[in-house]
Amino acid sequence: MHRSGSQPHHFLHKVRRRSSNQRAESRFAFWSVSPSLILMMGLIIGPMLYAFWISLHRVNFMFPERPFIGFENYVDMFQDQGFQSSLLRTLYFMAVSILAQVILGLGLAEFLHLDFRGRNVVRVLMIIPWAVPTIVNGTLWLWILDGSTGALNHLLLQLGLIERDIIWLGRPFLAMNMVILADTWRMLPFYVIMFLAGRQAIPDDLYEAAHIDGASAWQSFVRITFPLLRPVVLVVLILRTLHTLRVFDIIYVMTRGGPAAGTTTVTFLTFFTTFKFQNFGKGSALAFFTGAATLIMALFYIRTLRAGEVEA
Amino acid sequence: MTARGTHRKWGRRNVTRQVLIGIIAVVFVLWTLAPIYWLFISAISPTAELASYPPHWFPEEPNFNRLRAILSSGLLSSSSMQTMARPAEFFRKALGNSFVVSLTTTAICLTLGTLSGYAFARLRFPGRRLFMLLPLALQMLPPIALAIPLFMLLERIRLIDTLFGLILVYPSFLLVYVIWIMSSYYQSLPNELEDAARVDGCTRLGVFTRVVLPLSRPALFSTGLLTFLLAWDEFLYALVLTTNQAKTMPVAIGEFSTQFGVDFGMMMAGGLLASIPPILIAVLFQPLLVRGITAGSVKG
Repeated sequence: MHRSGSQPHHFLHKVRRRSSNQRAESRFAFWSVSPSLILMMGLIIGPMLYAFWISLHRVNFMFPERPFIGFENYVDMFQDQGFQSSLLRTLYFMAVSILAQVILGLGLAEFLHLDFRGRNVVRVLMIIPWAVPTIVNGTLWLWILDGSTGALNHLLLQLGLIERDIIWLGRPFLAMNMVILADTWRMLPFYVIMFLAGRQAIPDDLYEAAHIDGASAWQSFVRITFPLLRPVVLVVLILRTLHTLRVFDIIYVMTRGGPAAGTTTVTFLTFFTTFKFQNFGKGSALAFFTGAATLIMALFYIRTLRAGEVEA
Repeated sequence: MTARGTHRKWGRRNVTRQVLIGIIAVVFVLWTLAPIYWLFISAISPTAELASYPPHWFPEEPNFNRLRAILSSGLLSSSSMQTMARPAEFFRKALGNSFVVSLTTTAICLTLGTLSGYAFARLRFPGRRLFMLLPLALQMLPPIALAIPLFMLLERIRLIDTLFGLILVYPSFLLVYVIWIMSSYYQSLPNELEDAARVDGCTRLGVFTRVVLPLSRPALFSTGLLTFLLAWDEFLYALVLTTNQAKTMPVAIGEFSTQFGVDFGMMMAGGLLASIPPILIAVLFQPLLVRGITAGSVKG
């Protein structure tokens, strides 16, 4: 107080410099952020609103008129049996693939945390499936599972495990599980990477202390590893829920939604309604529904992430 | 005696342990590599051998004709290669498109995303938190929700089936990702260097280009790799927004059988070529990628 009073000139000078600085900062912030924001607004928010607008109309490329019909497309959608069963199939895909992948992922992360010769080689090799593009993965498994000349049938026949070829993608329920198998092959490395990173962050003394106290390996896993991995598991669970909700590529290439619509998930139904039946209004309603459901889950995800940050 | 007893018990347990670890490791590696092996073998096996039973787990007359036909635009000498001329050209073009789209998109997203990421990390401005969280939520929107309106919009401005159209659309799911990773990287950098540069009279832009950018090279590199992988893998937008000229590799593989019939040998050859760049990246730069994946927690 006294110093600034005795040197008013200095004080004012400092204030002025600060504010001109701040203006320069704001200008920099504006120019560095706005291109990205404009691009995202134009590519995400704009289209999302446009999809909603279309969903309120009857838009069919076979008819030139596009009458406003309110929420009729949505009413249609919820009453549609095809939609309800596609929702159930999506939930089945989600639940089974995520559950299997989390369990396998936890086990393999624990395994790759052990100290053994060749561990680093296995760690490098195991990432390869994740690098294979989704479409290539689907095509490859379509070929492996081929009913007459596929490698899986040939292998099982040679080993004497089956007597006749199995048409793996020929029955709805079996086909769905085969799609899950193919998805698991590609996605497992992601789980292992995430869980292994989390596992490596747990200090070893915890396990030593538990060992001295006579805890078994299983007890250590249940009492130490799992609780401390919980934040990572949660992140993976939510991310994969969002990803499996949009499952499309692998189904498009392996089964095209068949047989008998047995693998038609919500995203696939949306695609089919829009681009095969040219019903853009109903397709947009389906798309907007999926989008809104995802957004709600995404907000939940962000809240969880930020709660995690606060804890850490 | 008790000491020897426990010792022996320990030894036996150790052996069982070693054997168990060995078995799990072998099974896991087989599960991981067998499909990849089959991808490669199918691409180099003659068509007749692909259909034979008992199967030729290793082809008797392997050849690289399919791969050569796709990669070399020159003359196809033998008559057996004449028949693959059209499908090979189909894949060659798609491979080129994939490279152009993925590389350009990565460059655009890195340029815009790095700047924005820096601003989000260091500067305080109105609406910062909202601008930071809103895109994160929006980026998780399923592509199908945006593909329909984007298709209708691009059709109106005649950008359907152009590489430019794809390059315009791809930042919708990549840009936020770059911003997010880069800004968390900048938050982890100490302020001191930048403060020193500013005391010396550097502007924010000067600080960014002279101090921050050189420091962010490793982060830029790993973010760039992940962005490239995501763009390379993209399917739904490319499927909906292209019809003929601008097809990328995933679309070409996914639609191959509708155009040329089911020819798994050729499809595997295309699949192998589409997998080589990402597999090389994943194996060569694994530590970088793993850091990117765990930091970004985005790619699925």
